Amino acid sequence: MTTHRLQLSSKIMSYIAGVSLIISLFVPLWRIELDAPQYPEGLALQIFPHKLGGDVEIINGLNHYIGMQTLHADNFIEFTVLPYIIGAFAFLMILVGILGKRNWLNIVFGMFVVFGIVAMIDFWRWEYDYGHNLDPNAAIIVPGMAYQPPLIGFKQLLNFGAYSIPDLGGWLFIFAGLLLLIACSKEGNWLKKFKKK
Amino acid sequence: MQLGAFSIIALSTLFPSCKPKNATGAIDSDAAIKAYVPPGKHDEFYNFVSGGFSGQMSVYGLPSGRMLKVIPVFSVDPEKGYGYSEETKPMLNTSHGFVPWDDLHHTEMSQTNGEINGKWVFANANNTPRLARIDLKTFKTAEIIELPNSGGNHSSPFGTENSEYIVAGTRFSVPADDANGDVPINSYKQNFKGHISFVSVNQESGEMNIAFQLRTPGVNFDLARAGKDKSHGWFFFSCYNTEQANTLLEVNASQKDKDFIMAVNWKKAEEYLKAGKGKKVKVRYAHNKYNEEAHTATSEIKTEVTVLDVAELKDICYFIPCPKSPHGCDVDPTGEYIVGSGKLAAVIPVFSFNKLQKAIADKAFDGEYEGIPVVKYEAALYGEVQKPGLGPLHTEFDGRGNAYTSFFVSSEVVKWNIKDLKVLDRAPTYYSVGHLTIPGGNTRKPNAKYLIAYNKITKDRYLPTGPELTQSAQIYDISGDKMQMILDFPTIGEPHYAQAAPADLIKNNGQLKIFKIAENKHPRAAKGENEAKVVREGNKVHVYMTSIRSHFAPDNIEGIKMGDEVYFHVTNLEQDWDVPHGFAIKGANNAELLIMPGETSTLKWVPDRVGIYPMYCTDFCSALHQEMQGYIRVSPSGSNVPLTYSVGTNLPPKK
Repeated sequence: MTTHRLQLSSKIMSYIAGVSLIISLFVPLWRIELDAPQYPEGLALQIFPHKLGGDVEIINGLNHYIGMQTLHADNFIEFTVLPYIIGAFAFLMILVGILGKRNWLNIVFGMFVVFGIVAMIDFWRWEYDYGHNLDPNAAIIVPGMAYQPPLIGFKQLLNFGAYSIPDLGGWLFIFAGLLLLIACSKEGNWLKKFKKK
Repeated sequence: MQLGAFSIIALSTLFPSCKPKNATGAIDSDAAIKAYVPPGKHDEFYNFVSGGFSGQMSVYGLPSGRMLKVIPVFSVDPEKGYGYSEETKPMLNTSHGFVPWDDLHHTEMSQTNGEINGKWVFANANNTPRLARIDLKTFKTAEIIELPNSGGNHSSPFGTENSEYIVAGTRFSVPADDANGDVPINSYKQNFKGHISFVSVNQESGEMNIAFQLRTPGVNFDLARAGKDKSHGWFFFSCYNTEQANTLLEVNASQKDKDFIMAVNWKKAEEYLKAGKGKKVKVRYAHNKYNEEAHTATSEIKTEVTVLDVAELKDICYFIPCPKSPHGCDVDPTGEYIVGSGKLAAVIPVFSFNKLQKAIADKAFDGEYEGIPVVKYEAALYGEVQKPGLGPLHTEFDGRGNAYTSFFVSSEVVKWNIKDLKVLDRAPTYYSVGHLTIPGGNTRKPNAKYLIAYNKITKDRYLPTGPELTQSAQIYDISGDKMQMILDFPTIGEPHYAQAAPADLIKNNGQLKIFKIAENKHPRAAKGENEAKVVREGNKVHVYMTSIRSHFAPDNIEGIKMGDEVYFHVTNLEQDWDVPHGFAIKGANNAELLIMPGETSTLKWVPDRVGIYPMYCTDFCSALHQEMQGYIRVSPSGSNVPLTYSVGTNLPPKK
């Protein structure tokens, strides 16, 4: 098992996956779009690996009515750690291509999936905290109302419609994961095994 | 009995044919569709309209006629704090001191290669002679320059095809500023002179500068146009009162059969200027500039101008005879034809630039007028439009070979062909039209879908409002052979000339949505609540105040004393489009402030009695706008109440 060498196509896919992650370091991973009657042009919060982007100041200004904490990149350990983790995965994926060993491929893929799940849980926890930990002295308090944005998809929050979707970096992440998945399944003949069952 | 009935029927059918009905009903059924812009949709053109005696410039959308904005230019505007805030007061400074009103007659958009470039609009002040530049990135008055040696800047602000110069010709000739002005009025011929300023425009910054003035014989200058394309380098000014009357002008200045169009070779004037032929003359004029980063205007009094005397320096000026007190003097898009509009003339003369050049070369002159050669009428004439109408005033062009002339007396617009000088169509106006506008109608590339007529009289056109009625404009669709009126719309002040440009050109010119707070260089800006403070400097108290939805910081101030002058320097901390904040305080003897996001404005306030004064935000900024308020405590002079200020927790604390 350990001596299995990767096919050329799998190596290429690993390289591409690694390069995709490197690109994702420089582009936003996720975006939350906000629309309201007063904002026909829309507002966007962009989450980069190392910072927040988009209309952060405007959103912070609006959120003070409902007592939401203001968003500051400094308050998130994630923005310090994330670039290194992504860099490490990019390095590992390229390493898989160079070494060409199948078990390395499987391990890196497994770690990447786990990382993806943990990241989304962390994102949800973060959204929960912002949506629920409200200033009790806020000007607008709607009993029972929380302002947690959706993890993915659309949700109406008072006059704002919030739409949460992956941005370019997020899609690159998904693309890298899919490439590794295809490589793993080809190498391990998962499709045949699945059919035999 | 039968005969009686018959005669009544006969009379009733006869009478309508005796007195033609007013043409009010002559509106085509598709007119409404053509002028209709659905809610939420944008107009096709911006229309920059002179506000006449309001002193301001209004901005309309075409073809809907919807008003978008009134830009304060030469008159104070308490609504925007213009002329009331400490920052904008210098804009209205002149050599006569602070002048809070003027009469804005004409607008001129900046051009590149004879096409509108969407950067600036220029405007003239007809009373205290001045020239203004409005910046179309902010829709604010960016600069005002006073014109020395002038009395009534009417022949202005017309520009060359790259806005090298905007001209400012005096309506009233007056003794020069450095001459003794204490002379009998009937010594006009000896002592009164005309002056035309050539104001250069910096193509990057837009900054204006009086490059030189032409000293001319004493006449009245009315309107002007620059040559274009082949005639670039020349400028044409209509002159009236060549009789040099100085009383009862309506009679005494209407005696001569022909007045003049003055052709100016400004390239030649530039050569004389370079050769040092200009004379430095002592004058006093204000030059006011608004600094967009400091959000503050400064006024500088300048003391010198260079004058070229056109009677002494040959080859700059030539007079072309033009029938009866010409108003408009308009150059067609090719630059070849110059159309004179004599207010009392029965024909429209069209002059040829080529023929004029030949006449000058051949010296086909008819003597001189005060030292200036007078070109023979026929030598410069291309032809005359016969029986065009009564009282021609002003002509615009469609770039398809046609001209459109307004007729004040016969109250109509007449379309005629420039080549064969034949009248093609007439359309009534309601009533007594002055100027016309076709978008780009004065440029090399008109955008001739609509023509707008600016009227002097409205009478029965709108719901009456007592003795003073609304002013109005009318839009005609001129895309077809026949002009079709599609809309009437009311205007502010009295509209004179206006210009229009395609909406996209102005929308995409780099227009600002906010001022960046980080770039705010106002010396007393508070760029965050942590910078908000109150500082006493003798009896002057400076409040560095911030506003953000929905509170001021500070919103409690105590320790102000009678005899203090309080300056509220309010910075709008918002960085979001369309979130201005206002500021008003009880008893202020001036106006409110209206502060755009990222801007700092200052209101001076001198409390007149001891007590508690409320202040509040005047622009409905948010759901909690009504909560955006605060208090100032004013104590007697000599009181020992300490100066304190706070927001959130009252200071001083309750005992």
